[in-house]
Amino acid sequence: MFKLFKNFHKKDFLFIALAILFIAGQVGLELKMPEYMSAITRLVQTEGSEMGEILQNGGMMLLCAFGSLVSTIIAGWFVANIGADFTFIVRKKIFDKVEELSIDDIKRFSTASLITRTTNDVTQVRMVITMGANMLIRAPLSATWAIIKISGKNWQWSTATGVAVAIMLATIITIMMLVIPRFKQVQKLTDRLNGVMQENLKGIRVVRAFNAEKYQEKKFDVPNTEVANTVRFVDRVLSIMSPTMYLVMNGVTLSIYLIGATLISQSTMANKLTLFSDMVVFSTYAIHVIFSFLMVAVIFMIIPRAQVSAERINEVLDKSNSIEDGSFDDETAETGTVEFRNVSFKYSDAEEYLLKDISFRAEKGQTVAFIGSTGSGKSTLINLIPRFYDTTDGAVFVDGVNVRDYKQKALHRKLGYIPQKAVIFSGTVSSNIAYGDNGNEKPSKRAIRTAAKVAQAKSFIEKLDKQYDSHIAQAGTNISGGQKQRLAIARAIARNPEIYIFDDSFSALDYKTDASLRKALKDYTKDATSLIVAQRIGTIMHADQIIVLDKGHCVGRGTHRELMNNCEVYREIALSQLTKEELNV
Amino acid sequence: MFNGGPGGRRGGQETAKNFGKALRRMLTEMRTYYVLIAIAMAMSIVGSILSVITPDKLANITDEISAGLVIDRDKIGNVTQELMTNPNENSVIDGITVTPKDKFAFASTLKELQAEMGETKEFSQEDALRLYRAIDELPESIQAIIKPKMNLDIIWSLAFLMIALYIASAILEYLEGFILARVTAGFARDLRNRISHKVNQLPLRYFDRNQIGDTLSRVTNDVDSVSSSIDNSFSTIIGDGSLLLGSLAMMLITNWIMAVVAIVSSLFGFVFMAAILKKSQKYFMQRQVELGNMNAHIEEVYSGIAVVKAYDGKETADRKFNKLNKKIRNANLHSQFLSGLMHPIMAFTGNLGYVAVCVTGAILTMNGMISFGVIIAFITYTRLFSSPLSRIAQAVGNLQPAAAASERVFEFIDEEEMASEQHINHRIDKTAILGNIEFDHVKFGYDDKKTIIKDFSAKAKAGQKIAIVGPTGAGKTTMVNLLMKFYDIKAGDIRIDGISTKDIARADVHSLFTMVLQDTWMFSGTVRENIVYNHKNVDDKRIMQICDTVGLSHFIKTLPKGLDTDMNESESISAGQKQLITIARGMVEDAPFLILDEATSNVDTRTEELVQKAMDKLMEGRTSFIIAHRLSTIKNADLILVMNDGNIIETGNHKQLMAKNGFYADLYNSQFAL
Repeated sequence: MFKLFKNFHKKDFLFIALAILFIAGQVGLELKMPEYMSAITRLVQTEGSEMGEILQNGGMMLLCAFGSLVSTIIAGWFVANIGADFTFIVRKKIFDKVEELSIDDIKRFSTASLITRTTNDVTQVRMVITMGANMLIRAPLSATWAIIKISGKNWQWSTATGVAVAIMLATIITIMMLVIPRFKQVQKLTDRLNGVMQENLKGIRVVRAFNAEKYQEKKFDVPNTEVANTVRFVDRVLSIMSPTMYLVMNGVTLSIYLIGATLISQSTMANKLTLFSDMVVFSTYAIHVIFSFLMVAVIFMIIPRAQVSAERINEVLDKSNSIEDGSFDDETAETGTVEFRNVSFKYSDAEEYLLKDISFRAEKGQTVAFIGSTGSGKSTLINLIPRFYDTTDGAVFVDGVNVRDYKQKALHRKLGYIPQKAVIFSGTVSSNIAYGDNGNEKPSKRAIRTAAKVAQAKSFIEKLDKQYDSHIAQAGTNISGGQKQRLAIARAIARNPEIYIFDDSFSALDYKTDASLRKALKDYTKDATSLIVAQRIGTIMHADQIIVLDKGHCVGRGTHRELMNNCEVYREIALSQLTKEELNV
Repeated sequence: MFNGGPGGRRGGQETAKNFGKALRRMLTEMRTYYVLIAIAMAMSIVGSILSVITPDKLANITDEISAGLVIDRDKIGNVTQELMTNPNENSVIDGITVTPKDKFAFASTLKELQAEMGETKEFSQEDALRLYRAIDELPESIQAIIKPKMNLDIIWSLAFLMIALYIASAILEYLEGFILARVTAGFARDLRNRISHKVNQLPLRYFDRNQIGDTLSRVTNDVDSVSSSIDNSFSTIIGDGSLLLGSLAMMLITNWIMAVVAIVSSLFGFVFMAAILKKSQKYFMQRQVELGNMNAHIEEVYSGIAVVKAYDGKETADRKFNKLNKKIRNANLHSQFLSGLMHPIMAFTGNLGYVAVCVTGAILTMNGMISFGVIIAFITYTRLFSSPLSRIAQAVGNLQPAAAASERVFEFIDEEEMASEQHINHRIDKTAILGNIEFDHVKFGYDDKKTIIKDFSAKAKAGQKIAIVGPTGAGKTTMVNLLMKFYDIKAGDIRIDGISTKDIARADVHSLFTMVLQDTWMFSGTVRENIVYNHKNVDDKRIMQICDTVGLSHFIKTLPKGLDTDMNESESISAGQKQLITIARGMVEDAPFLILDEATSNVDTRTEELVQKAMDKLMEGRTSFIIAHRLSTIKNADLILVMNDGNIIETGNHKQLMAKNGFYADLYNSQFAL
């Protein structure tokens, strides 16, 4: 966790120093108060005390109390600043880091986990910092200070205090040892509980179709009962804590008094008075000592929780960038060409190759399609072009330049990439189509409209209440899957790229839209090169070049007609989708 | 603004729409635990009474100890008198023999003391010390007489009483926690089971409108929030409440002027605190809102990272992030700072109360209106009064999010359920059903405003094959919803073997259909459990027989534990194999009607053939409704329902529809177009 503190700015270290200073001041004043308090008590107890003296001591005490209040508030302001800065700085770092990570790394972390790491985990650590800063600074200060005040007074009292601290720590440790493994268990059981509920909800139609309502309820009750039992046990163990703490504190005060009584009665007259006032003072400071240790114990209880979060944050921050940016951003000799030269790819820690020895060349204006069953590597292949992954062997060339040599911005400017699952951002229809930066001006209104028209999105957009200014919810939940896909395609068109990359972008469209879109696109982008990954034979039948992939190997290359004649895998896929006559064989 | 993604956790700082109502509801729902709660309350109250008593006893001990410091003047008088009357003889005082030599020593010490102290009447601290030191030098016999004696017996008996009280109140507090643990855990379990039961009583309409994440969050987060607040807040409010009332009563009984002073000075801090609480609430809310916005933004960027990269959207993303991050920093700073003020202010209030009570007490004593004991007592009462006040304030603050959570839980529990079926007492025997089905002028819409199926009539005889086709989003699942009676139709009728489905209980309708959907629904458990599901009396022989039929047996043999392999553990189960398992599950069901979603996307060609064969087997002898994705299915179907925009726009067989040259023909031809 302390590794994360390195991210603090200089200003924050000054804040920390100031916080320590003011907390020290507060502790000092707080420990001064018992003296005035006992003075007041003594004065009130003694007959015939002067009113002035009481007022003086009272005034001093209030002054101390007020001073302590003021320094706590000032220290609090610094601590709050430290916490807020921590979140601000670390969140920004994580966010920047994630933007730099490779797609592969992001998939491995999983988006959900990265979101939690950016938000909840940072909050967790911040809470410990703000809570801990106070206690972590206060507890040792207050403990040592109080110990100094009472040290050497009397070994019997010190022993009593020591025993009390020992009992308290032993209780806390025992309780924690009993409870912490159960906490983890509860977490697991809650996950199971969620799991059962989730499957019931996701499969609600199936549950009802099978009349399995009672079955699901019973299934749910098992982890539910277990959770209830474990939580009850944990609660009961934790219930020991507070009474024990009170017992220890009360016990220690009482012991100090009893020890005091015995000592006083045995001592010489001259020592009696000192012993008595020592006793009163000692008992107040003993409580301070015990409280300080209690605080330390609490810190040790909350630190592990933050530790887990801190580790998860560091895991992200320590991830090295696997994709290094190149430097090329000049004019290229060729335009609209993509070439794979003996490309192989495997994940860094995997043994098996996902792609093996792939070579092909797409010329300007050509359409090249990729087909194959799931896991054949067609998506991976296409993802090598925008450098979402880097090749393991061989190289990919865009416009005759190795993609690794490009400045990523320069490379991306040439590409219009449409993923399998349309990515839609909250905003408006226009902002989604005009998304991003291609080095030129933002697309004009007209350009947006043209792009929408080509992408077959015009008709549905114009039916929306505010047309191009209509609000689009996060992840596009207020429009349908096909509409999202068409917006994503419009976005690529508005970017006006040299090369289109369709990563299975047509599957979400029905046959009819699919066909008319491809036709409009062909007319609009005569000069652009298209690389298409598809599942439907119908989508790619007319491509200039079709590459058939099977388990990462290229098992066929050619036109539809050629492949129907000489590629077994292609024929199998084709026949499973259309009948012979339909395939015009 | 958009608040978090599906299933996103909501922050804990929400406020209930109607705090009082939510709280009352929560209390009513806890009916079954009233006895336990009452016992816990009683214990808590007794414990609080003990806490009010014990400080008093400690004061008594202090008094006894300080009594042991005071020299008995009478005794000194006695010795002096003996010295005067019999200076040269042994005298016996209090059973102690004092020799003339001792008496002489005593006399000379006294003289010395008088000389040192001079004429002044005032008796300073120094003088006291001098006197005590002088006593230490006196002969033992005289020391034994005049030295103050502490009554250790009384001290010890007081101490034992206190130990007993301390232990008693500790035990009471523990027992209270013990009982409340049962109440909270039990209540949470009840609530969860009620939600689990409720899920299956709701009309499907509910799940169309609400996200799964939302219901899940009610089951875990919200129930947790409710139960932990009962645990913490209730015990605090009960325990500290009685402490507060107890000390208040004690104060008023003891002395009303002092009571007013103590209360006013405590309230002074409390007012401050309430003001701060209110102000910090604003920042907490703001933080929650901004955190939600940031969550949404991060989710968007992270999940769309490929597009962000490929389109160089980093700058836009960064700009928005920085803006949100700054807002959160500000809200964090202020909420943290303000909430951090509570504690020191309360501590200061406690000290203020202490001084106020002491000063007022001193004035009153001087005027002879109260005794010293009252001041000592009030010092304790002020502490007892002010600390629960702040704890209660915090507990009430914590109840806020809990009340909001309980509102959500009960809102779900109170959701309108499916229409009652009590009037249907006709039971259907599924083995006697032939499998004829008739749609008679069916009208349907998901909401009252829009009718999507306007007037649909069709007939299918037992064993026939009905294909449902249409572009994505055309409403093919609507047909499933109507057939399964997941939704009620608005007008017209659907008849099975001539019986209106309105007169058949939902459970019976379900039992007539085998449903295999594209979404291969697997649940946690073994392969066997997934195949058998809720059917009883299905032995391994029957399972293997079915697996043979659908072509699963080879696959099952390759699994490490065969049928007992856990679905979660085995990542190697492919989409196609899952589909086969779903089909096997449908076979176990063995109903006269079949609803089948034919989609086999994400399945490799070889598995697809297997799945196809298994589906064909499943269709044998059943009246089948097939959501078609394959031309071969459509072509040889007895009846084709063509759907678009939710409505059934054409019906007929392949030939008839192609001849019509309408939507179907268009759709059919489009797949060969460029």
